[in-house]
Amino acid sequence: MNDPMIPAPFRVKRTRKELEDTFTLELAPIRNSRPFHFSAGQFNMLYVHGVGEVPISISGDPGDPSVLVHTTRSVGTVTDAMWKLKQGDTIGIRGPFGTSWPVVEAEGSDVVIVTGGIGLAPLRPAIYHIITNRKRYGNVVILYGARTPEDILYRREIERWRSRLDIDVEVTVDRATGHWAGNVGVVTKLVSRGGFDPSQTVAMVCGPEIMMRYCVQALNDQGVANDRIYVSMERNMKCAVGFCGHCQFGQAFVCKDGPVFRFDAIERDFYVREL
Amino acid sequence: MTPTPEYRKTRVVIDAAQLDVLIANLRAQGYEVIGPTVADGAIVYAPLSGAGELPAGVTDVQGPGSYRLEKNGTALFAHVVGPHAWKRYLYPPEQLLFRSVRQGRNLRINEELELKRYAFLGVRPCDIAAIRIHDKVFADGEYADPGYSARRQAAFIVAVNCTRPAATCFCASMNTGPRARDGFDLALTEFSDRGAPEFLVEVGSARGSQTLAKLKHRPAGEDDLKRADALLAAAARSMSRSMPSGIADAIEDHLEDAYWDKIAGRCINCANCTMVCPTCFCTTVEDVTDLSGDIAERWRKWDSCFNIDFSYIHGGSVRREASSRFRQWMRHKLDTWHDQFATSGCVGCGRCITWCPVGIDITEEARTLTKG
Ligand SMILES: Cc1cc2nc3c(=O)[nH]c(=O)nc-3n(C[C@H](O)[C@H](O)[C@H](O)COP(=O)(O)OP(=O)(O)OC[C@H]3O[C@@H](n4cnc5c(N)ncnc54)[C@H](O)[C@@H]3O)c2cc1C
Ligand code: SF4
Ligand code: SF4
Ligand code: FES
Repeated sequence: MNDPMIPAPFRVKRTRKELEDTFTLELAPIRNSRPFHFSAGQFNMLYVHGVGEVPISISGDPGDPSVLVHTTRSVGTVTDAMWKLKQGDTIGIRGPFGTSWPVVEAEGSDVVIVTGGIGLAPLRPAIYHIITNRKRYGNVVILYGARTPEDILYRREIERWRSRLDIDVEVTVDRATGHWAGNVGVVTKLVSRGGFDPSQTVAMVCGPEIMMRYCVQALNDQGVANDRIYVSMERNMKCAVGFCGHCQFGQAFVCKDGPVFRFDAIERDFYVREL
Repeated sequence: MTPTPEYRKTRVVIDAAQLDVLIANLRAQGYEVIGPTVADGAIVYAPLSGAGELPAGVTDVQGPGSYRLEKNGTALFAHVVGPHAWKRYLYPPEQLLFRSVRQGRNLRINEELELKRYAFLGVRPCDIAAIRIHDKVFADGEYADPGYSARRQAAFIVAVNCTRPAATCFCASMNTGPRARDGFDLALTEFSDRGAPEFLVEVGSARGSQTLAKLKHRPAGEDDLKRADALLAAAARSMSRSMPSGIADAIEDHLEDAYWDKIAGRCINCANCTMVCPTCFCTTVEDVTDLSGDIAERWRKWDSCFNIDFSYIHGGSVRREASSRFRQWMRHKLDTWHDQFATSGCVGCGRCITWCPVGIDITEEARTLTKG
């Protein structure tokens, strides 16, 4: 019997600084060369030797399982240590875990993706999938918010998406700096611009809980029902397999029943304080 | 349905001396025998080398926030559950998960599995229910813990039915006791009201049957069976505490309620209730390294939802208020556990009532909520 708590060693193939506090690791398994298959929205547990282990979403292309990509914001002990890893170093990986974005369920519908800050990383695999299979979807709207223009994650890639004529990409910042000529204000405000048929839309939302709360409100105001809205929840995780109890959110274990939830399934608990 | 195996119909009687033989026998089969014994003024579960270490003539007097042992009679099992639960052996308080050895830029990650064959002597019916709950958490789901699964599969269980519940027990209302119906290899009901203790033995497995064959026994008569039935029925009737029905719904109806602030004012967040609870399974992990930093170990340790760091995510803990943590405990035990594992997370053992320093009584609290 395999112990699901034991990581497998992966080699750091490439590191990339994305932002002042955010970096990307490209990894490949050491012991075998099996492709790393995952679904958009799933996450791994990343173990740094002697330091600890944290949940990080997979942010690469699910259509290219030859490389495992993680984009992480450095916020504390483990993520700081992770940033110090260099090409050629080893990291422990367990996964993939959890539920995924409804990219299949959304076929035939309009898709609205609303996210902010690092929240784009867990959604990028869904965007890749949708772009690869563009014909299967109706209108595609991507709304992204960052603190300042300097905090825009995957900026060049966003610019590439923006230049396409078959996706509607809008970026907003809380505070304009430099030559910023785009939107200023919270990302939820962009939702009211529309560009999708609310009764035929699947919305995918990822960000801090408070941001997701306003997004759901804004989507509801546009007429998107809660059973068409998906959110990714974050809770402390020590195991990712239902053993440690830490990720409980009401009746759900975020690690296995989530992290992606259809909003109507968690709606009630979502509004209860400190659950 | 598969037909009931023949051994399930076995009913025999053994005397107390045979317990010593049973222990020796299990040890000879390679089991480490764990059972109740007295240490530091409490009944704990520890390795036994003979029946002489059982708490003969010791009774526990339990109440909210109080526990005391008294000398009384000659029975070997006139006590019930103490601060220990069997999870201490099946899912120990500290477990080494793996060792990571750094060699240059490589890591070698080695699994550390400690496999022990335990025989548990004196498992109460509520604790059998608790072990079965842990089976659902650690063995029967999408992922299984190999250490737990192996220890659990190997474990030989000698149940002891409860003829003398403590004042804190409420297993009858949870349908987990005072008599074990299955989930054991052997089950004993102690007769101690007429001189030297004797035990009615029931058999739950083929290996139980083989082990029993080596003990001196006599077939149980109709009167023995009636005697056990009467003792256990009286035990069930004697329980003054009970879990009110409808508690799960009551909690759902009171998720945001001033009640939680009130009870949090009494709770001192010591986490005792979760440590002694036979079903609480939460753990955290700890990383330690040697001086060179090349050898790192990852340990899994029991944790509790009463600890403020338990729900920590970047930016701060989710459950900052003591009231939120108390709500998590009670909602999980009595409510969301049903959604997760199709059973209550409480088996009615009463440990949390006894070992709460301020005497918070889960049945009382449940009653307050169902009435409110
Ligand atoms: C499903 C999921 C997906 C995630 N995906 C990403 C991602 O793609 N990119 C990214 O940058 N971040 C992601 N996070 C957040 C990331 O896990 C935390 O930022 C990280 O755990 C912080 O660890 P630390 O040791 O550096 O921070 P510290 O503040 O030092 O944290 C100490 C410990 O607390 C726990 N902890 C702290 N914050 C979190 C948290 N937010 N979630 C869970 N446990 C936490 C960890 O055990 C951590 O080791 C994700 C979280 C979850 C639950
Ligand atoms: S909640 Fe209390 S009474 Fe119920 S099983 Fe746990 S310790 Fe026993
Ligand atoms: S009550 Fe608390 S410690 Fe016990 S299993 Fe539930 S979350 Fe874990
Ligand atoms: S992360 Fe351990 S139970 Fe979900």
